[in-house]
Amino acid sequence: MATQVKAIESKVFVEKRREEGPVKIFIKKLFLYLPLVIWTVVVAFPFWYMLVLSTKGKAEIFNFPPPMSLSKNFWEGFLENYNNLLAQLPFWRNVWNSVYIAVMSTLTAMFFCSLGGYGFAIYEFKGKRLMFDFMIFTMMIPSIVGIVPYFVLMNWFGWLNKARALYIPGMANAFGIFLIRQYINSSVPMDLIDAARVDGCSEFGIYWRIVLPLISPILGSYAIITFLGSWNSYMGPLVVLRTMESYTIPVALGALKGLQSVDYGAIMVGNVISVFPLLIVYVFFSKMIIDKVTEGALKG
Amino acid sequence: MADTKVSRVEKIKRPGGGWSGFKRKVAPYMFTAPFFVLFLIFSTFPIFYSFYLSLHEWNGIREMKWVGFQNYYVLLFKDWRFWKSVMNTIIMMFISGIPQHVLGLFFAYILNLGLVRFKDFFKGVLFVPYITSPVAITLLFGVLYGTRYGFLNYALSWLAKIGIIPYILPIRLPVEWFKEWMSWFSLSLITIWKWTGWNAILYLGGLQAVPENLYEAARIDGATWAQIFFRITLPLLMPVIYFATSMTLIFGMQSFDEPQVMIGFDGMQNTLYYALTTAVYIYGQAFRWSQFGMASATSYLLCVIILILSTIHRLLLGEKAEKVE
Repeated sequence: MATQVKAIESKVFVEKRREEGPVKIFIKKLFLYLPLVIWTVVVAFPFWYMLVLSTKGKAEIFNFPPPMSLSKNFWEGFLENYNNLLAQLPFWRNVWNSVYIAVMSTLTAMFFCSLGGYGFAIYEFKGKRLMFDFMIFTMMIPSIVGIVPYFVLMNWFGWLNKARALYIPGMANAFGIFLIRQYINSSVPMDLIDAARVDGCSEFGIYWRIVLPLISPILGSYAIITFLGSWNSYMGPLVVLRTMESYTIPVALGALKGLQSVDYGAIMVGNVISVFPLLIVYVFFSKMIIDKVTEGALKG
Repeated sequence: MADTKVSRVEKIKRPGGGWSGFKRKVAPYMFTAPFFVLFLIFSTFPIFYSFYLSLHEWNGIREMKWVGFQNYYVLLFKDWRFWKSVMNTIIMMFISGIPQHVLGLFFAYILNLGLVRFKDFFKGVLFVPYITSPVAITLLFGVLYGTRYGFLNYALSWLAKIGIIPYILPIRLPVEWFKEWMSWFSLSLITIWKWTGWNAILYLGGLQAVPENLYEAARIDGATWAQIFFRITLPLLMPVIYFATSMTLIFGMQSFDEPQVMIGFDGMQNTLYYALTTAVYIYGQAFRWSQFGMASATSYLLCVIILILSTIHRLLLGEKAEKVE
């Protein structure tokens, strides 16, 4: 049946092709590819330009026409800008802060949200409904409402300028709980858990040894979303990090832009160091990353 | 769904009593407690505390002074910056939002036709901006937008030499990208760059879920391309459209990174406050002017505005989206 349909389809297609003729097909292809190719250039251009600018001195950046390609001694230019960057910022310290906060955010959020999501998915208990509805309600409040109290709270705790000010509040994330609860409800068979109980597995053991491995796909989604969110976030770090040593990369580079005379070469070196490693990872895993992130976004 | 839940409850309650029964009763709280303690402190408390702050005058150091709803009164009736920022934010949400979704849907449609090779490559390209730091991209656009030396003005001057500028853009060269209302477009361009591909990927997922036989049937009935697109594809895509535009609404109304990095709160007067979004204004009130109460009141008003816009959005699109499901 299926092959028959396919045969008919391909026949129709062949007939259509014959009607259309080569010129029409070429135009059609052009209309399909051209927008995509243009968009590819639009997307790729900033990355290329970032790379070019990171190798140019101050005078060259403000040339007219603007510099568009790497020159022969690009490496020297890059090193000079790199040294300028290090003169203005403790940049590797900032890189380390970004990495540390992103990794800690990801690990702790995965642990606490899977724990809570598991509790919500598997058990019935007093107050569950209320707690859950309340969580959904707070999810509907735009996050900007909490920005001032967030600062005040961190100030009270003495957490200003500390990495934990960024990853501890993110550990309890309604979106994460929701996502993981949903996934457990739809794909972890309850019989498996009962069987483990009969075999004498503790409640925590069930979570740790049986459920966690089973929900690893959605944990992967959540991990990627959290990591990217933390790595790229700007407002939170800007509010609670007040010293250069504690800055994350976005805050550090943003601060350079706010200076009297902006050293774009140095900024672009920072951009290249912060953007390209992620880009290289992305080149190899793009399909998986896209699937994971969209899956997470659509389910949550 | 409901059935499985009931059976789950029974299965858990069955082996009650004794030490293991006690453990089982306590277990759910043990699992959810860490989350809830954190959630109460870091997510719930700020929402209420923000409202409490909004009723006070407070610079963060001295004692708070109760002022009732005076902050709200000042914002709504005395503060032109607040209204200007709200207007800017809404306008930029539309200027950046509409192209994002039209282009996104267009790219998704092309990719879904199945006639394009390298589909995974183009998908990958569309998604790249999502993983890229908005601060890094804004910093780069800052160079592109240079008035005298920027690449964009160079490209435009090149186009002007060919003589097509007056026909496509009503502008005078060199363009001052952050002169008054021009800021709306310049900032929106960055947002469009960042989110178009994201929307395209969402729409592609939605298009792939449309059953092929619907198209077949329509084609056999002699429907034209436009009829198929507007009568079948779009209505079936409504849930995705509703979801994607909601995201644009909620995040667009809280737009912060691009204006703050590009102009900064302190530089806003250079754009005659056309680049001031409400989120940047909140940041400035709190951390530049130390008006914590006023900033909290502004954030609550922004929240109300977002809720109103979301309600309108739901009335316009939400029902159509639910019909499909």
